[in-house]
Amino acid sequence: MVSRLTPALSDRRVVICAGAGGVGKTTVSAAVALGLAVHGRRVALVTIDPARRLAEALGLDALDNHPQPVDLARLRESGIGASGELFAMMLDSKRTFDELIELLAPDPRTKEQILANPIYGHISTAVAGSQEYTAIAKLFEIEHEQEYDVIVLDTPPSRHAIDFLEAPDRLTAFLEGRALRALLRPSGHAMRAAGMVFAALRRITGVELLDDLTTLFRLLAGMLDGFRRRADDVHALLGDPDTAFLVITSPERSAVDEAVYFADELDRAGLHRGGVIVNRVHPLDRAPHDAATVAARLHDPLGPRLADKVAETHVEVQRLARRDARAVDRLRRAFGEDPICVPDRDADVHDIGSLIDLQHDLFTRRSNGSSIR
Amino acid sequence: MTGAITKRLLIVAGKGGVGRSTVAASLAVGATGRGLQAIVVETAGRADVAQMLGARAADPLAEVELDPGLYHVTIDRRAALEEYLRFEVPGLLPAATLARSAAFQAFVDAAPGMSDLLTIGKVWELIQRPRHKPHTRQYDVVILDAPASGQLVGLLGAPRTFAAIARVGPVAKQAGTIERTLRDPRVVGVVAVATPEQMAVSETLALQTSLTERFGIELDVVVANRVLPSRFTSEDALTLSRGPEDPAVRSARWFAARGKAQRAQLARLRRGVTPARVTTLPFRFEAGLERADVERFADLLGAGRW
Repeated sequence: MVSRLTPALSDRRVVICAGAGGVGKTTVSAAVALGLAVHGRRVALVTIDPARRLAEALGLDALDNHPQPVDLARLRESGIGASGELFAMMLDSKRTFDELIELLAPDPRTKEQILANPIYGHISTAVAGSQEYTAIAKLFEIEHEQEYDVIVLDTPPSRHAIDFLEAPDRLTAFLEGRALRALLRPSGHAMRAAGMVFAALRRITGVELLDDLTTLFRLLAGMLDGFRRRADDVHALLGDPDTAFLVITSPERSAVDEAVYFADELDRAGLHRGGVIVNRVHPLDRAPHDAATVAARLHDPLGPRLADKVAETHVEVQRLARRDARAVDRLRRAFGEDPICVPDRDADVHDIGSLIDLQHDLFTRRSNGSSIR
Repeated sequence: MTGAITKRLLIVAGKGGVGRSTVAASLAVGATGRGLQAIVVETAGRADVAQMLGARAADPLAEVELDPGLYHVTIDRRAALEEYLRFEVPGLLPAATLARSAAFQAFVDAAPGMSDLLTIGKVWELIQRPRHKPHTRQYDVVILDAPASGQLVGLLGAPRTFAAIARVGPVAKQAGTIERTLRDPRVVGVVAVATPEQMAVSETLALQTSLTERFGIELDVVVANRVLPSRFTSEDALTLSRGPEDPAVRSARWFAARGKAQRAQLARLRRGVTPARVTTLPFRFEAGLERADVERFADLLGAGRW
């Protein structure tokens, strides 16, 4: 069987699923992971925040921050032989950050002090980019273990796909904290300016907050080389030819804008694209489908009353289909390749059965040729 | 709309992609249609509502009149910081100098809740009568096109988070004032937007729980967006499933099945948010959102007795 995604993803060791929020990224990345397992690979899936029923379907347990085997018995019941294996986990951002501190801290006492610092608690959960940072840290850790053929990473929901690429550097720079260090321990000519800002801060927020900050950055000082080395390693992994970015979008205008922009950014950064998936496409009917023609055609099998309703519905759905086809054409031009179209489901995808069906669309079924031309 | 519009601040909340901006724009159009002065507030530098109503993004914190009586403002953290320093803690340092200091920026990033506090603090300033910022107008209603549910909880919790870390100083004091205002149901109303889909409904119910438990805030109105019309009976669906393999029949099967799934989720939403009323907006089959749609939605939202 010719697989549509297989050529793009075969031999890749890391597949990163990126896209705007709300396009079905988590579900599609689960289906990609399942499809790769069906095609014989040992796959680890790292999801961010799956719907409860999808999490249940994958046997995901929030308590575990490491991939666990997914029971693929349902696959065999559906007559699909999976020659590979699937492992899945849900990212626990805070815990991943804690583990990183544990790894990089010079001694247990420093580790304990950092974990107990109120500012650290905030940085590990709420500072912009901390989820992206930990997602990549987890990816790096699993890749390093070399237990799997391929790791599929779902990316955190953000308004812009590009946040995923930028966040780690921003957070590393933040942890390095040059500006804050200059403020908290000024030297030389920076002293006077820092002194003024410090005095201003003290007046606005009181001294305790500044004390906590000073303590935290003093504790982190010994770990800076570790953070920097980590950042370099992560850059190398993201840019590796064995790492592919799979762009996921819906046919909605804003999501397509985002996908096109992200593709440009990937190219600019020299990162490798693994294809573009358009989720929730309505199939285009190329035959004449005005209401009268459709109603006449279905008059006999359905009866006049139902035929009219079906005709009215088809005309409406085809309006969506034309919008979708325009989106697909635009993506084809931007990516220079055929997007993989996943038809809109009539219900939410949340069990292994519907995931099997979805992976089938991604890896096996031929494109329904959704195109305006 | 009369019930909700007596409030000074309407928070339009919901999962990403469910149409919060559409509802925020429609509420604003509805409010100005009743002769009220309304302002739509977007956060994190966004200007989706402005674009929806045919305007361009303006400078952060510029209150721009898009239509007679309908204003728009985008809050961006840096501008909010500078404004805060200028009007709330005068005489400190030149506000612009301080706000642009890299150290100060880094501090704002690091201090728990500080960044969110600046944003929610600006929303609070917009509902003040009189306003603290000189030469500004007073609005009858401020409509916040809120960030997605998780971030909204962070935003509303910012005053408390911050007060727990910095117990003294003008910011801590002000955080307490903002917190009290946000918890006053006479002043603040929450409009939750959901699509009738499993995840969006779950997120709405989770939002309701966190708003009630953490802030004592109840949902005032729930808007179910993109609801398909009820067109096929279960008997129709059965006939369709046995009908010919025709593209139109496939469209109808999709429509019938999706409609059925939507009705189940709508029922779940209604049960879960009682006593808040659920009002529905129709699915749109056309690409893009036109101004006419916003006006039509404004009528639909206004027609409900809430």
